[in-house]
Amino acid sequence: MEIVLAFIIGGLYAAGLYMLMRRSLVKLVIGLALLSQAANLLIFTLGRLIRGRPALIPSDMARLVEPFADPVPQALILTAIVIGFGVQAFAIILIKRAYQTVGTDDLDDMRSTDVMHGSSSAPPVNLPNDKWRSPVEATLRDEGA
Amino acid sequence: MAIIMAILSGFALTVVAPWLCRLARGATGWIIALQPVGLAFYFASQLHPIAAGGVIALSYPWVPGLGIALSFYVDGLSLLFALLISGIGALVVIYAGGYLGEHPQAGRFYALILMFMASMLGLVLAGNVITMFVFWELTSLSSFLLIGFDHQREAARAAALQALLVTGAGGLALLAGLLLLGQAGGSLELSTLLNEGRAIQSHPLYLSILLLILVGAFTKSAQVPFHFWLPGAMEAPTPVSAYLHSATMVKAGVYLLARLSPVLGGSEAWHYLVTGAGTATMLLGAAVALWQTDLKRILAYSTVSTLGALVLLLGMDTVLSVKAAMLFLLVHALYKGALFLIAGAVDHETGTREVTRLGRLARAMPVTAVAAGLAALSMAGLPPMLGFINKELLYEAKLQAPRASVLVTSAGVLANMFLVAVAGIVGFAPFFGRRADPPRMPHEAPLAMLVGPAVLAGLGLVCGLFPDAASIVVSAAAGAVRAEVTAVELKLWHGINPVLGLSLLTVAAGVGLYAARGFLRRAGSIGDAIGRWGPRRWYSLLLASLNGLARVQTRLLQSGYLRRYLMVIVLTTVALVGSTLLLRGGLTEPVPSLLDARFYEWTIAALILLATLMAVLSPSRLAAAAALSVIGYGVALLYMLFSAPDLAMTQFAVETLTVILFVLVVYRLPRFASLSSRRARLRDAAIALLAGGLMTALVLTAMTLPRDLHLATYFAENSLLLAKGRNVVNAILVDFRALDTLGEITVLAVAGIGIYALLRLRLEEPADSGSSQPEEEV
Repeated sequence: MEIVLAFIIGGLYAAGLYMLMRRSLVKLVIGLALLSQAANLLIFTLGRLIRGRPALIPSDMARLVEPFADPVPQALILTAIVIGFGVQAFAIILIKRAYQTVGTDDLDDMRSTDVMHGSSSAPPVNLPNDKWRSPVEATLRDEGA
Repeated sequence: MAIIMAILSGFALTVVAPWLCRLARGATGWIIALQPVGLAFYFASQLHPIAAGGVIALSYPWVPGLGIALSFYVDGLSLLFALLISGIGALVVIYAGGYLGEHPQAGRFYALILMFMASMLGLVLAGNVITMFVFWELTSLSSFLLIGFDHQREAARAAALQALLVTGAGGLALLAGLLLLGQAGGSLELSTLLNEGRAIQSHPLYLSILLLILVGAFTKSAQVPFHFWLPGAMEAPTPVSAYLHSATMVKAGVYLLARLSPVLGGSEAWHYLVTGAGTATMLLGAAVALWQTDLKRILAYSTVSTLGALVLLLGMDTVLSVKAAMLFLLVHALYKGALFLIAGAVDHETGTREVTRLGRLARAMPVTAVAAGLAALSMAGLPPMLGFINKELLYEAKLQAPRASVLVTSAGVLANMFLVAVAGIVGFAPFFGRRADPPRMPHEAPLAMLVGPAVLAGLGLVCGLFPDAASIVVSAAAGAVRAEVTAVELKLWHGINPVLGLSLLTVAAGVGLYAARGFLRRAGSIGDAIGRWGPRRWYSLLLASLNGLARVQTRLLQSGYLRRYLMVIVLTTVALVGSTLLLRGGLTEPVPSLLDARFYEWTIAALILLATLMAVLSPSRLAAAAALSVIGYGVALLYMLFSAPDLAMTQFAVETLTVILFVLVVYRLPRFASLSSRRARLRDAAIALLAGGLMTALVLTAMTLPRDLHLATYFAENSLLLAKGRNVVNAILVDFRALDTLGEITVLAVAGIGIYALLRLRLEEPADSGSSQPEEEV
């Protein structure tokens, strides 16, 4: 089973990294989620697998007796799951707002804080209008153009 | 103790100067000058004991582990420099008071010049080569700040940077040389090193030490091919040019050569390198000075020539040449300091420094004119000035040179001819020459600007008539350089001999060149054309290519594309970890089949992998979100099957929340756009698969290795005992590692606040906020 999990972990890492390298913001968030699953599973597998022996001390005993599932990786993963959720939730709302404000989810168009469609090879996607820019900035750009 | 006070008082005054300037205004120069005047008297009082062969040495531990001490070593050579620094420093500070007037930045100027003075004193009084180096760099730094004093002009900034880069690069070489020297000589203390000359010269590193130290000395003292920064440094205010770039700082390289000549000097390499660079610099500087028309540039090039002559004399390394060098140091500081200050006064009064526009100023500026005349006489080496005695000594030393005396002498005579003409151009023509048209009709400079030139030029005359005072200082210095007691007897009249003949020839030729100066200026344009291909061009080429390299490098590494950064990180990790894995024999042992997979486990695994593929390939946002949740629930099932019920529960809860969140937001999100080209996608897929493969290999390798159960056993034994918890995982989270959990809760709270803030965020937009959201076209 460890061998099977090793391939699942590899697959999740590959998929996560591939999505992180995409230009679309939404795909980036999906990549982030995949990557955190992969990391959790990696830690879990390194703690070795065992069936039906959770780290619970039976009521008639004072301590765990072998064999038992390693509680240390589990404790780490528990924290990681919750934090991963926080990151994901924040990222989802962030890209929603960013898309609303900037009008594109192409990372290549977000490289600069000043000019929106700096050196992008793709044509501007769904550009709303000049609303989001301050008047000064708008003037500057118009003069530059 | 007094030595430390001498240096520290300068730095202390640096801090106070700006406030003092605000209080005392026009009188600041006079007040601040009290400090260098006091120092000059102190150093003069040490003259007799040190001339008799005494040395002041004191040492405080600084970094004892590295043999670095804050130690000072004062002998005749240090004393000559200290007298020049404090004496001329006092005159320059007084002069600056008149020159700057009510300049708003005058306080900064005084602070910087005092900082320089203290650093320069530290440099010549230091007894440990590292201490000396620290002060050496401080002088470069203060020179940079002073050249760029008028920092609103681009030319001043460029010149300051150029001077800093050239002397700073030399400083690095010097540091390397000094460290090697310390290694070869077994100590960083000058007092020890001075006795280790023989051992160091037979050391295999001798040539590297010599070359590195020479680069340091040559950059600082503007020797060919590093000379170009000095004329550029004339962007500085004139008092700075007079003080740093003529009388003191540029002589630091000469000081270093003189200081280390008992250690490094006398070898063939020393002789050829030092004499060669000195001769080239001497001739080049003198020749170029002839056709310049800016007073300060003329003086700058003639200073370059003098520095060359000094280096040449030290390269010859005979008793007579060292004597001549020490005397020349003194003489040059007197007349060149005076001429620079006069150039500043003329510029101040007439508004121009172009010699072609200056003439017959003597009537309007009589005191300045007399001082200029005296300084020019000394520069031309005419009796009864000290300059005459000096020139006789120079010729004598060169005639008696052990090697190539004919060559050295004729080069010296040629350079001196040029300098006679230059002396006429700067000291005679503007005051007594033909009438010209300065932009402003001049009158005499204020008192503060007369003291300096008058005292310096007057000293040249007095010392020429009564050379005994000068000979004490010079013989103390020469004795220190030669490490033997050297009597220097200076007189004006030597009788009729070959040296007098050479002097007459020099003056006659010099006067001829002076008369032909108009022609020389026209001919000079050819020289300028050649000069355009000189080291200044190499400097700008080097600087431009360095900037180009930085640009290319930045473009490669700082593309601003997230995926590029990721690629670099991923590929580096794969290469490093992968090669380690291969080299250390990972994956060679067969993976033990620890646990057979059951059929429903296979099903879950297949589901997860399929969902992963779908999340990557699906063109729909909703499908991708669904695939994500399949993965999440699958992983939760795995946790459940393999004895991690807490993980499973948490994962189920979180996954459900995430799905809800995604579904709520998904139609506000942009649709999946296929932005990358096919090639880019294939490349990314290859990189990602490589990284994934590496992770698989890592897990498989880890399975073959023994596991540390130390922590697991501890928690298994103590969970109930100490934490009163039967669920060990929970006990760890809320008890053993409770602080981590608090941190986790904090992260979650911060994320929550962040999300709330993002949702409430209203970017200034008009009332119709509803329409600001992009329309969905699904």
